[in-house]
Amino acid sequence: MKIADRVEAVPPSGIRRFFELAEEVDDIISLGVGEPDFSAPWAARDAAITSLEQGKTSYTANRGKRELRELIGETMEDNYDLSYDPDEQILVTAGASEALDLAFRTVIEPGDKVAVAQPCYVSYSPGVTFAGGEVCPVRTRREDEFKLTYEMLDESGAADAEALVYCYPNNPTGATMTRDELQEVATFAREHDLTVLSDEIYAGLSYEDEHTSIATLPGMRERTIVFNGFSKEYAMTGLRLGYALGPTEAITAMNRIHQYTMLSAPTTAQYAAIEALESSDDVVAEMRTQYNRRRKLVLSRFEEMGLDCFRAKGAFYAFPACPWDDGHEFAEALLEETKVAVVPGAVFGEGGEGHLRVSYATGMEDLKEALDRIEQFIE
Amino acid sequence: MDLSDEVVELLRENARYSVEDIARQTDSDPSEVEAVIGDLEDEGVILGYRAVVDRDKLEGETIRAVVELNVTLDRETSYDDVAERIAKFPKVEALHLVSGDFDFQMHVEGDSMSEVSNFISNKVAPVPEITQTVTHYVMTTYKEQGIEFGDGSDDDRLSVSP
Repeated sequence: MKIADRVEAVPPSGIRRFFELAEEVDDIISLGVGEPDFSAPWAARDAAITSLEQGKTSYTANRGKRELRELIGETMEDNYDLSYDPDEQILVTAGASEALDLAFRTVIEPGDKVAVAQPCYVSYSPGVTFAGGEVCPVRTRREDEFKLTYEMLDESGAADAEALVYCYPNNPTGATMTRDELQEVATFAREHDLTVLSDEIYAGLSYEDEHTSIATLPGMRERTIVFNGFSKEYAMTGLRLGYALGPTEAITAMNRIHQYTMLSAPTTAQYAAIEALESSDDVVAEMRTQYNRRRKLVLSRFEEMGLDCFRAKGAFYAFPACPWDDGHEFAEALLEETKVAVVPGAVFGEGGEGHLRVSYATGMEDLKEALDRIEQFIE
Repeated sequence: MDLSDEVVELLRENARYSVEDIARQTDSDPSEVEAVIGDLEDEGVILGYRAVVDRDKLEGETIRAVVELNVTLDRETSYDDVAERIAKFPKVEALHLVSGDFDFQMHVEGDSMSEVSNFISNKVAPVPEITQTVTHYVMTTYKEQGIEFGDGSDDDRLSVSP
């Protein structure tokens, strides 16, 4: 069958290749996982089960159940000062990934340049390409602790772009950005009239500074779409539930694609999410505490073994410099000799090379064992 | 949270964490952690460290019972007096003064049902203040000290994912 060029043009994800390697080795301890090791809060799972028992298996409103949108609105307001109207400015989607795809298709004209802050989640660049856009990589650097700066945006040619997409707290680096640091990005976006697609899926996993959304900075609300969801903070990856917050015209347009392609986000997951928002703050806080302890343990151990690693302050990743020149070779050798999987940073785009993504979404005992093995391997 | 509270929380989660691992998780020095644990022990905040064991997986049987105790007090005797007397028996694993239909809830352990019943009828029931005992033998334990029993669930996540 003839496959369309724009699909053929996108290579399979580099992480896929590493996944296949890891699958061939038995009994590995994986620090290569991009999702929580916890399950969704029991109350949320229980609500999902109850909804199924009650036969709640039909579609919901295109934008998602109103009750859920209201709760999302309240939570975003309470946690991040993000104020959006549940009727017109919040769209519930099948994972934040769907929301991002909708946004790409909504704001990108064929040939538009889209600045993508890298290293980043593997879907942004393909998403831009599928939508007909042209990716303009913006490389973040170890020296800046992988934060976006005005200078890097400028040097990368982002001034000609129509949109900028980034994620903080960041996957794969664990980097976060403070309000002051975001001001630079906001200034650049306003000066060059950029639409900002701000992936804040890890906002709830910020350990040192309060998370700030760029949409709360002056003049940014009207040009920003914020993405969040239940996957990371509520450990609900497989339930596929995310959402977008944005200006009415953006959400209305995104909903137009959504209503034709997805109809509505998974109903069962919406019931789980309602319960999660209503009752699971303490469970989420406990997961956050656990991640934070692991984070500190990982960073201390890296320091002790002389592995250069900046202080990652969010998500559940550390991003140490690779002791070998070639991150792929290192990760493969580590896997083969110690059965510990980490992901070479280069699969996450420019600026990732020479680094390793180490996920601490793994139980403490396994994490400690894996760190011992990494230490021995380096020696 | 101050270091002392954090140390208590970590030890309650896993009493086998090394001093070094606790230090790493709390951004502190091992010597500091050592001192804090010493203080907690001296102050009687931390009274001991014990393993949570699924005894069904061991050979030999342990019989456990939860016993409700009702007492009648007089001017000279308080709940504390009665409790101290009962708690001294090594077979008593736990003892709580509780609200509701009875006064004390006592957890007892022994090697057989007869051992446990003999203990209750010969040692506990005769205590003059105790007016009534109701014994519930434990049939299955599902969770103890926050730890679920059973085989747990497998990690079925993809080994590497974005």
